[in-house]
Amino acid sequence: MKEFTYVKAPDMAAALTALRRPGAQLVAGGTELLNWLKDGIEAPDHLVDITGLPLTAVDVGPHGRLRVGALARMSDLAAHPEVARERPVLAQSLLLAASPQLRNMATIGGNLQQRTRCPYFRADTPLPCNKRTPGAGCAALQADDTAQHAIFGWTQECAATHPSDLAVALAALDATILISGPGGERRVPADAFHLTPEEAEPRRHTVLAPDELITGVEVPARPSARLSHYLKVRQRASYEFAVVSAAVALELTAGDTIGSVRIALGGVAHRPWRLTAAEEALRGTELADTDALRAAVAISFADARPLPGNGYKVELAQRAAVRALRAAARPEAPDVHRAGANGGPR
Amino acid sequence: MGTSLQPTLYLTVNGEKREVPAPDVRATLLDTLRERLGLTGAKKGCDRGECGACTVHLDGRRVLSCLTLAVAAQDADVVTVEGLATDGELHAMQRAFLDHDAFQCGFCTPGQLMSAVACVREGRAGSPDEIREWMSGNLCRCAAYPQITAAIADVAERAAENESTPAESGGGRS
Ligand SMILES: Cc1cc2nc3c(=O)[nH]c(=O)nc-3n(C[C@H](O)[C@H](O)[C@H](O)COP(=O)(O)OP(=O)(O)OC[C@H]3O[C@@H](n4cnc5c(N)ncnc54)[C@H](O)[C@@H]3O)c2cc1C
Ligand code: SF4
Ligand code: FES
Ligand code: FES
Repeated sequence: MKEFTYVKAPDMAAALTALRRPGAQLVAGGTELLNWLKDGIEAPDHLVDITGLPLTAVDVGPHGRLRVGALARMSDLAAHPEVARERPVLAQSLLLAASPQLRNMATIGGNLQQRTRCPYFRADTPLPCNKRTPGAGCAALQADDTAQHAIFGWTQECAATHPSDLAVALAALDATILISGPGGERRVPADAFHLTPEEAEPRRHTVLAPDELITGVEVPARPSARLSHYLKVRQRASYEFAVVSAAVALELTAGDTIGSVRIALGGVAHRPWRLTAAEEALRGTELADTDALRAAVAISFADARPLPGNGYKVELAQRAAVRALRAAARPEAPDVHRAGANGGPR
Repeated sequence: MGTSLQPTLYLTVNGEKREVPAPDVRATLLDTLRERLGLTGAKKGCDRGECGACTVHLDGRRVLSCLTLAVAAQDADVVTVEGLATDGELHAMQRAFLDHDAFQCGFCTPGQLMSAVACVREGRAGSPDEIREWMSGNLCRCAAYPQITAAIADVAERAAENESTPAESGGGRS
């Protein structure tokens, strides 16, 4: 591991100044960055620890708007009573992620800035990977080793998926990422924060510039947030990244008819993948009408482009979306807080 | 050794102020505990946040010492498995692990114990299912899981029965 200097930023201005130094990197919980340092994915000259900044608060505004500081820990946000009650999808996405120890360390900002789990990107001896070394090629696509890869928004240069569960829930809640930089503040919708290789070269993971930092996340008040659900399909019962996941936030009219709905999928692209066309088609659909739900969801899969190793994701993701729709309408569904039950396929 | 941030690093471990002269700013808390402070209880299983063998408490919360920089832990209270017992008296969780045969090789045990103590304190030990979920960050290659779950359930039950005495009353500061 290359040598670096370490400084704990006393305030936001100091953090932004320190970040402008060439070779500087932020560290918050360290649960991603330390692994990158060990594996040689990053080799900063200067580490800027931001855990001293006053960005840990979780505030509920007068009209129910939720504001989460970038340094709030995953465990603290998940345990916030308002979050569990008013936005189950958010609490579930956090509690189904990583482990209790990691959630005690990992921050909300760091979670959004985590990088793909593509094994070639993570290799401790460098392999061809355009995300690691632009122009090096893509070992995953060359080897057709694509079981974990994208079915939407990929290119011949990279087919990685983004692993954040939180980001998928935030996309279904129409959340906004709050960013500060030398030019002031800006706001980015949660489903436009991560970049697919169709949108930018694979080297770029998110819209965040190297001299910017995330200050927090804002989640608007919406009646649909209460009827929401996060379904995570994993290869084992717990402590595993999603194969695919589905976040749903839903409003019902006249009993069991869908009013408005937002669906975001994880594990299918390098960003939370909104099913915009399906959301339109689902308006007015009876929740009990499985065929109609399936048909509506299928509209958003017309342009799916599965790779040789991941055709199964096309079917699995649609089923996850339908099941999450049903679970969102039944808030009394298994309580992840107590049982750790996923309510997912068994 | 590499970049020194300052001549000496001070850590508060198991209630004692400890000195680490000429610290390497790159050193993890795990390596510092084991190699500089002689506290070899916390184990290095994977060194990448996947196994939980390095679990310690930082300001009372369970965390992974392999993903924590020692310099970043300067202002915190660190408790390792060595700090669980008080005055030679085992912590209730240590006792229960013995009673329930909750280990074979023992490599994962320090991390299991630190995680288990926190799990009960967090109120996440209400049923075997809940214990399994909230202990899922601690792997055991010997698969002592049923015995570990039983030991934790036992401690949690006794803590619940005796409202006036909190779970960690079996001794220890954590
Ligand atoms: C074994 C394991 C299992 C995991 N499982 C899951 C899972 O199932 N689901 C899931 O979603 N995640 C999972 N994770 C990932 C985990 O959630 C992230 O590692 C964590 O959220 C990163 O947060 P951090 O604060 O530790 O980030 P750090 O490691 O401190 O930082 C990561 C990156 O984010 C940048 N950064 C941090 N804060 C900010 C900020 N405020 N503004 C700008 N940049 C910032 C840093 O500069 C760095 O580039 C897992 C991780 C591990 C190790
Ligand atoms: S899919 Fe992307 S991250 Fe994985 S090897 Fe190819 S370029 Fe690298
Ligand atoms: S050694 Fe820290 S989690 Fe494995
Ligand atoms: S007792 Fe051997 S690894 Fe758990």
